[in-house]
Amino acid sequence: MSAARPHFSHALPSAGRRRAWGVIAGLALVGVLAQVWALAAGELDIPAREVLGALFGGGQGMGADVVRELRLPRAVAVYACGGLLAMAGALMQVLLRNPLADPYVLGISGGAAVGALAAMLFGLAPLLVDGAAFGGALAAMLLVFGLAHGDGSWTQTRLLLTGVIVAAGCGAAVTLMLALAPDTRVQSMLFWLMGDASGATRPWPALAVMAVGLLAALPFARELNLLARGELAAQALGVQVRRLRYLLYVLASLLTAVAVTLVGSVGFVGLVVPHLVRFVVGNDQRLLLPAVMLAGGALLTLADTAARTVIAPMQLPVGVLTALIGVPVFLFLLARRQR
Amino acid sequence: MTRVAAPMLEADRLALQVGERWLCCEFSLTLKGGECLVLLGPNGAGKTTLLHTLAGLREPSVGSVLLGGLPYAAWRATEAARFRGLLAQQQPDHFSSTVLETVLVGRHPYLGRWGWEGPEDERIARAALADVGLADMAGRDILTLSGGERQRVAVAALLAQAPQLLLLDEPTNHLDLHYQIAVLDLIRGLADAGRGVVMVLHDINLAARYADQIILLDGRGGVRAGARDEVLQAALLSEAFGHPLRRHVLDGRVNFIPD
Repeated sequence: MSAARPHFSHALPSAGRRRAWGVIAGLALVGVLAQVWALAAGELDIPAREVLGALFGGGQGMGADVVRELRLPRAVAVYACGGLLAMAGALMQVLLRNPLADPYVLGISGGAAVGALAAMLFGLAPLLVDGAAFGGALAAMLLVFGLAHGDGSWTQTRLLLTGVIVAAGCGAAVTLMLALAPDTRVQSMLFWLMGDASGATRPWPALAVMAVGLLAALPFARELNLLARGELAAQALGVQVRRLRYLLYVLASLLTAVAVTLVGSVGFVGLVVPHLVRFVVGNDQRLLLPAVMLAGGALLTLADTAARTVIAPMQLPVGVLTALIGVPVFLFLLARRQR
Repeated sequence: MTRVAAPMLEADRLALQVGERWLCCEFSLTLKGGECLVLLGPNGAGKTTLLHTLAGLREPSVGSVLLGGLPYAAWRATEAARFRGLLAQQQPDHFSSTVLETVLVGRHPYLGRWGWEGPEDERIARAALADVGLADMAGRDILTLSGGERQRVAVAALLAQAPQLLLLDEPTNHLDLHYQIAVLDLIRGLADAGRGVVMVLHDINLAARYADQIILLDGRGGVRAGARDEVLQAALLSEAFGHPLRRHVLDGRVNFIPD
């Protein structure tokens, strides 16, 4: 972010655009390959041909059942979750005009965690835990919006501070619940907090939300480019800034809420993926948003598959693996930025 | 819509209030194509607030602003953006972007919702970069530029926007002497070619050199609006800026020098 990057050697926007479309196509392909690996790898090794048979050829047998009943929902869930979080992160970075923003910075995941852990504390069914997580996320979103918008000024500093404080409050509530919870429930609560895809059985709505979210954001993508360069300039160029910021806030929050409800608060995908993709395709949101979505999905699929195979038969929570990758990558980016 | 007959910008009995404080009492102005209006005044007098009001980005507390004969409410935002452009005082850059991409932002009002900048937009943007002496910098990352270069990129973005009316908040910010004159010559040239210019300047002598009209805010709510030589008087300026100034004529050019 500080020095000229290789991708800036081209000065022609059209050449950069062609390159970016190539990157997007490549990321889509990586996503497909990651899905195949996720379906094939595990305690039971299933050859790729059998995987395809299970998906498209109506294949029979234990391998096909494992693919269809266990691995497919999980693989789709992590793909959707990665895409949702990465896109939400990119949108939050524009909304707050802050490269260090991530989907959780405004307390959405904190609200979801409070809801989910409260439900788990009372031993509610998984479906109700999901409902409570989503409700908590929406409650946090409305609370932050209401507080930050209190006097109508709605500056991003105020929004950021309000979000950070609400997130901190949620963090305290989470710690309290962990302290009060009986030992038998603490482990599942911790897994939820770190992000755990093993329980995801209904991933398709999230995948649909991911696609709809992208389609909702793309018509405004050029306006987002302007907003990222400053509110005043954007307004003078004809952007309805206030309306755009509401849209951005609601969209980024909903994408985050859906992702967190499905898999828990997986860290770093929403922060690091937009930065990594920006290195390659530049910062035009029209190209960045689809690329970020595909990269997030592919990356989280790979991370989750690794998380359940590296120390098999034990499974790591996927959030641990993304943090292991994400922390050094992010510190590296930060160091380059300061130079 | 034909707006040929109407002045580019009119303000009728305009007054601005921020919080409890009145920045300027009621005054009126009319700006036609070919004219250059300079806003002068001490720090915090409300020059930027006035410029934003004239740009339609804030409602006047009292009075009205007409752009091309119509209130801003009657303009579609993108049409207004093709008619008037604003150079903001600061260029907040948080994300990497090439210089060319940054200038292409000025083409936004000419593109449809799904539109992409085409070869013609690129040609316009490159011409604008050449106008500010940055033709070779098109591929550079803006975060690597100096403040003055960054300011010239912003001027180029405004040129690419190609508005009839240019509103500029301290266009000489961060610029060295050479580029202060170069940029102001460029802007004056646009006015001479028929466009309208309103700009905030700090330097009284640059104002004396480029303005046709002056609005002088004294920071206590007082406003002097009029032709350049009516407003640029040592007594009025000394009072507004709170420092004694003396008028000198050097080689036919009026200069004000602080005592």
